[in-house]
Amino acid sequence: MSETRPLLEVSHVSRVIDGKTILDDVSLSLERGDLKVVIGPSGGGKSTLLQCVNFLQVPDSGDVFLDGQSAREMSRRNICEFRQKIGMIFQDFNLFDHLCARDNVAIALQKVKGQKKALARQRAMAELERVGLADKAALYPSQLSGGQKQRVSLARALAMDPMAMLLDEPTSALDPELIGEVLNVIAQLSLSGMTMLMATHQIGFARHLTKEIIFMEAGRVVEAGPPKILEPGGGGRAAEFCAKLAQVTGR
Amino acid sequence: MEALSAALISADALTSLAEFSQSALFVARGSGYTAALIAGAMTLGLVMGLPLSAVEVYGPGWIRKLAWLYVWFFRGIPILVLMFLIYFGVFDFIEDLYQKVFEDRLILSPFMASVLALGLASAAYQSQIFKGAILSLPPGQFMAARALGFTRLGAARHVILPQAIRISIPAWSNEYSILLKDSAVAYVLGTMEIMARTRFMASTTFAHIRFYFLAGLLYFALTWIGVKALAALDAKTRVPGLGHEAYRAEDLALEEAALLEKAKSP
Repeated sequence: MSETRPLLEVSHVSRVIDGKTILDDVSLSLERGDLKVVIGPSGGGKSTLLQCVNFLQVPDSGDVFLDGQSAREMSRRNICEFRQKIGMIFQDFNLFDHLCARDNVAIALQKVKGQKKALARQRAMAELERVGLADKAALYPSQLSGGQKQRVSLARALAMDPMAMLLDEPTSALDPELIGEVLNVIAQLSLSGMTMLMATHQIGFARHLTKEIIFMEAGRVVEAGPPKILEPGGGGRAAEFCAKLAQVTGR
Repeated sequence: MEALSAALISADALTSLAEFSQSALFVARGSGYTAALIAGAMTLGLVMGLPLSAVEVYGPGWIRKLAWLYVWFFRGIPILVLMFLIYFGVFDFIEDLYQKVFEDRLILSPFMASVLALGLASAAYQSQIFKGAILSLPPGQFMAARALGFTRLGAARHVILPQAIRISIPAWSNEYSILLKDSAVAYVLGTMEIMARTRFMASTTFAHIRFYFLAGLLYFALTWIGVKALAALDAKTRVPGLGHEAYRAEDLALEEAALLEKAKSP
């Protein structure tokens, strides 16, 4: 029964901020192990969509289901538990500046999950190892490169054992030579079966890993389909957008 | 009280150095009172100011209004007026009420009134220090904490406040030095701190200059000690890349090397 039920389902979500419709009746669903990629012009509602998925922003209408459970029906406390199960990665990392890399990963284990310090730190080291940063555990965010910061933030999310991950343009704030190391970690995660919804401009990368591209514009899903909708001559808005992006980036 | 009577005996003519040093000691002992006054007021200001700043930033609208009203009120009236209001107004009222209810006498001291007045006012100022520090932090960190499952309170407590407090230390040190000198006003209620003793000795011996100079020295010393202690605290709790002072690249490199070295040794 649970085989047929999507792991994460976004159902008719709308969001209006200051009278402006940011999200307009967006629906999508992810099966276990899916990586779906949201692309589209800036201001199209990608970030708002991701923040509505874990109810960081409460949608004005519509609902989100994780493993069949409605987020809208949850109490405040349950929403916090619901968020623990959905890892989130931000464009500008949002590491906690007063904590070293290890403690950035460990703090939520201690203060949210109530784990003992020693255990939380052990787990944090294991996660840093996984993203290749065990040797940087003692450094503070200001002492890490952008790519390293994003990998720490991936470790921080993974330590919570999430059922799914939301990635909001994880490489947009990175220097081009640092993008690879972050994308590598994300690719590995996807191959290991993590369910992910990612907003990105890394179209080349997205095309290789995903089954479905979701093209958003003006708060609506304009087009959704396999990566080939991005190819020149695809005819749709997604292909047009890609062609423009290729002109700019030369890719 | 021994010192007081000793000072009185020699009040008619203060000639010898020995006599002056005795009365100077009497004045200097007021430093203990002043220090206790400040310790109490700063603590009260911190205990109230910190949550006040948190609700001013994260609280629901009506609580924010209340906090704003508090700050507006206590920043708006002079410490001196506040002291009189508390001592002759609030304290008298409480004492009367106590008498009526328990049929017993309750005595609230001028010292308590002074600590309250200084502390309540300081809470208003300190809340603004912390509020500024909270608002200077990148908002994404709060969101990231929420995304990890922290409650709003948990995110404020474990992520935002540890940083806001560190950033606030220099401004807090400033608040200390201001409050210390504001505490001189407490002599009006008869709190036996530096200023009350100074006035007493000066007016009984007419050696005004000597005693006020001494008072100045004492305040200077207390300021210096406190500011130095807070600077040491600032240095001890400093985290690379966080805070008021821009880090120089070579400092960062040095600290990085030290941290990595430390991590290597078990």
